[in-house]
Amino acid sequence: MSVTQQIITIAMVVLATMLTRFLPFIVFPSGKPTPKYIQYLGKVLPAAVFGLLVVYCLKNVDVMTGSHGLPELISIAVVTGLHLWKRNMLISIAGGTVCYMLLVQFVF
Amino acid sequence: MGVKTKALKAAFPHTIPIMTGFLFLGASYGIYMNVSGFEFWYPMITSMLIFAGSVEFVTVNLLLGAFNPLQAFLLALMINARHIFYGISMLDKYRGTGLKKFYLIYGMCDESFSVNYTADIPEDVDRGWFMFFVNLLNQIYWVAGATIGGILGGIITFNTNGIEFVMTAMFVVIFLEQWLKEKNHISSILGLVISTVCLILFGADQFIIPSMAAMLIILTLLRKVLDKGDVKPCQ
Repeated sequence: MSVTQQIITIAMVVLATMLTRFLPFIVFPSGKPTPKYIQYLGKVLPAAVFGLLVVYCLKNVDVMTGSHGLPELISIAVVTGLHLWKRNMLISIAGGTVCYMLLVQFVF
Repeated sequence: MGVKTKALKAAFPHTIPIMTGFLFLGASYGIYMNVSGFEFWYPMITSMLIFAGSVEFVTVNLLLGAFNPLQAFLLALMINARHIFYGISMLDKYRGTGLKKFYLIYGMCDESFSVNYTADIPEDVDRGWFMFFVNLLNQIYWVAGATIGGILGGIITFNTNGIEFVMTAMFVVIFLEQWLKEKNHISSILGLVISTVCLILFGADQFIIPSMAAMLIILTLLRKVLDKGDVKPCQ
């Protein structure tokens, strides 16, 4: 691939990414009232999307082979437990990550 | 204290987990590009301009393959389609942020969206600048990581096996925060269940679009049940 072709390829990826980010703001400009249906989606979608993002992070975990997803399961339990106990974002995330690193490096 | 300084100070703690994740993930992206034969300014420029993690890794393969701009466009569109949902959710929150709005949309990656949507921004902190700095700091971490990785390449070896879990842990916490704030959990549960079912049915590379479609359809069908003001958007 020539440098020009590389630039075009990267430009295409940038263009597509920006399209997905700007599209809702172009279709529903802030000057006009947003349709009620879209407002409704804006309220209910985030919760579902956060669920999607959790699953997305775990998409390559194979429960059939290897460690069967146990390090992930245990560490997520630790994150959840810590968060319900202390409700401190940094403690929950650090605790879960350290737990995961110990598990994958020394146990599994 | 100026408006911007105050917003920066309020924003920074929210980005600490992302700093950890992005420096390491960014570095692994830079290393990947380096060992694939690219100079460090490739990961530097692509991480700055594209600023969407997963699609940047895919871009490396695109650059190594035959020239096919349409394929590059469509692939990036599919991988990043979830951003459309972020935009719909942020229509109101980005209102009245002036020129910053352009950058807020430009830099709306998974992590920036999640933090900006769920963060409890103190009353006396400017919302627009808070969200701006969350975006900016995240992008700085990512580009710095990618550039460092691109420069050092395969030279660095360290036992950081498992550090990537920091992003998973962060999304679990964000999911929990949303769970603790919302009055009913239908949408949260739907998100987990639909994504898991689609992951099993369509596989890791193809499940995002079917998941999004299923969420749209089911949430639309449930509108009468859910749209009673019960679903409080968290502030």
